[in-house]
Amino acid sequence: MTEVNLSNVIKDYGKTRAVHGIDLGIEDGEFVVLVGPSGCGKSTTLRMIAGLEDISGGEIAIGGRVVNDLPPRERNISMVFQNYALYPHMTVRENLGFSLKIAKADQTAITKAVDEAAGILGLRDLMDRKPAELSGGQRQRVAMGRAIVRSPDVFLFDEPLSNLDAKLRTQMRVEIKKLHQKVGNTIVYVTHDQVEAMTLADRIVLMRDGHIVQVGTPLELFNTPVNTFAATFIGSPPMNLIDGVVSGSNTINLAGGLSVPVPSRVRGLVRDGQKVCFGFRADNLMPVGHSVEEEGEKHELELTISLTEPLGTETLLFTDVAGNEVQAKMLNPRPVRPGETMKFQLMLDKCHVFDAASSEAIRG
Amino acid sequence: MDRNQTYRNRKRALNAVHFVALFITMAIICIPGLWIVLNSFRPTVEIMAKPPVWTPSFTLEHYRNMFGGAGEGGVPVFSYFRNSLIVSVVSTTIAILIGMSGGYAFARYRFPGKAGYFVGLMLFRAVPGVALSLPLFIVFARVGIIDTHFGLILAYVAMNVPFTIWLTDGFFRQIPKELHEAAEIDGCTRWQAFWRVEFPVARSGVASAAIFAFLTSWNEFALASQLTRSVGSKTMPVGLLDFTAEFTINWGGMCALAVLMIIPALVLTFLVQKHLIAGLTFGGVKG
Repeated sequence: MTEVNLSNVIKDYGKTRAVHGIDLGIEDGEFVVLVGPSGCGKSTTLRMIAGLEDISGGEIAIGGRVVNDLPPRERNISMVFQNYALYPHMTVRENLGFSLKIAKADQTAITKAVDEAAGILGLRDLMDRKPAELSGGQRQRVAMGRAIVRSPDVFLFDEPLSNLDAKLRTQMRVEIKKLHQKVGNTIVYVTHDQVEAMTLADRIVLMRDGHIVQVGTPLELFNTPVNTFAATFIGSPPMNLIDGVVSGSNTINLAGGLSVPVPSRVRGLVRDGQKVCFGFRADNLMPVGHSVEEEGEKHELELTISLTEPLGTETLLFTDVAGNEVQAKMLNPRPVRPGETMKFQLMLDKCHVFDAASSEAIRG
Repeated sequence: MDRNQTYRNRKRALNAVHFVALFITMAIICIPGLWIVLNSFRPTVEIMAKPPVWTPSFTLEHYRNMFGGAGEGGVPVFSYFRNSLIVSVVSTTIAILIGMSGGYAFARYRFPGKAGYFVGLMLFRAVPGVALSLPLFIVFARVGIIDTHFGLILAYVAMNVPFTIWLTDGFFRQIPKELHEAAEIDGCTRWQAFWRVEFPVARSGVASAAIFAFLTSWNEFALASQLTRSVGSKTMPVGLLDFTAEFTINWGGMCALAVLMIIPALVLTFLVQKHLIAGLTFGGVKG
């Protein structure tokens, strides 16, 4: 069993606290993605798990064993770095076999493990090349190969796809997912890209300013964000948020003169005069006649289009509500001119209401 | 069309100016060396001839005399060579070991007063060696290490360490810290990570530092002339003085010994030049 447990883990740099006592349990074989904006403490957390940063407080356990003060080599982990960190003076074969050579494994075992990893990652033709002779994607694969050769308990990935171009990133994302399905080890993966987090993770850990904001499956984070930060960080395009004030018990008057009914889920949880943030995703605001026919609570709105972004199977429509850019999605698109006014259907039961003061979701 | 012609002509003229400037610079650098080599093979009368003899004759007389007996203009070349070699090799090795450790520490670790130490080392390097010769002479004489290999080695190590630290610090800084982190995760101790990963990657820098340290020791005259006096410890640059008498200078002999001095330096530079080619780190991390 190689679960990873973080209890009240703290990291201080001088007087600055980078990680504020986080608690996180990662199960055996789970693919957990730490995601958040720059400086949120995700890489620091990963480096603390790796043993590359000392922890200032709390406890880290890998496979039930507290590793707080153990050096990286004693933790049986592998790490893939953002800049690959391949050994430039060694060939691909030597890079792959380095950890086993250090562990004084016998040559037959090294050759077998290296060949196996090379086979999994399609590196067989590159074995005698030096890192400088490889493309970005190939270097990334060698870095992954180096990680799997030693059969670690836990794989750590520190923004491994950040340096690749968009196409290669998508390709490598699939390879990483395949690799996880093949080897089944516990993976802790750090990224600032929410798409990577959504597509790869069994569970996402969303971080901000050294705190964990929300932990859950990608769909949990997407469908039930705990606050406005989670709502805007996860999902592309980000959730539309419009300020509003509750009027009576059934209506929210939005900025810009629009008003919408309070979704039935949160009816009774808001009070008259409460300042709120009304949130909905582009998928839940669609032009009438170009939407998904779905049962549920709906509300019609009339909005003027300011910009369109045709994506082929769908078109993103941009409208302006009291200075807030609101995005809607149009299925089976037809050409739309900026300035055109269209009738939209808002899926009320999929909308979110956040308390404006605390930014927390109001949920029954 | 005319404008194109004007720019083309300007480019040609600039290229020509560059070429001439480079030629003059190279001539200034190379001609003294060439003068030494040529004169070591010319009879003394030709060296001193006025007007100069433009079609030189060839003789090995100076080399023969140099290796000959004391009365025939000979000097203890082998002793000087041995002294130079011992002092340069040992002082370079020690300076590199200390300097590399220091450079690594400056590049990788944070410690209080780091910037101050670094500036202090550089300032120490700025003091001219000859200014130190008198105090060193007095201290060495008191301690009893004057006119010994050990004394000269000590002085050269002190002279070379700051420069070596400065040079290797720059090279280690270029190596991403992720390389040693990756090595540590792969099972290395900090020491193994250094020797197996960082040192091989930085070896071009270390080789450059070694060459500079070696050449500094090999060619140093000011300190050596004060701190050595017997055949048992005099180095080759000091040995050159053997060719000067009260009223005459044996230019031919001096040039011959100078050529012998240049050869090991050339050979060493040639041997390690492939390590000097930087760029070994490219490719290991995203470029």
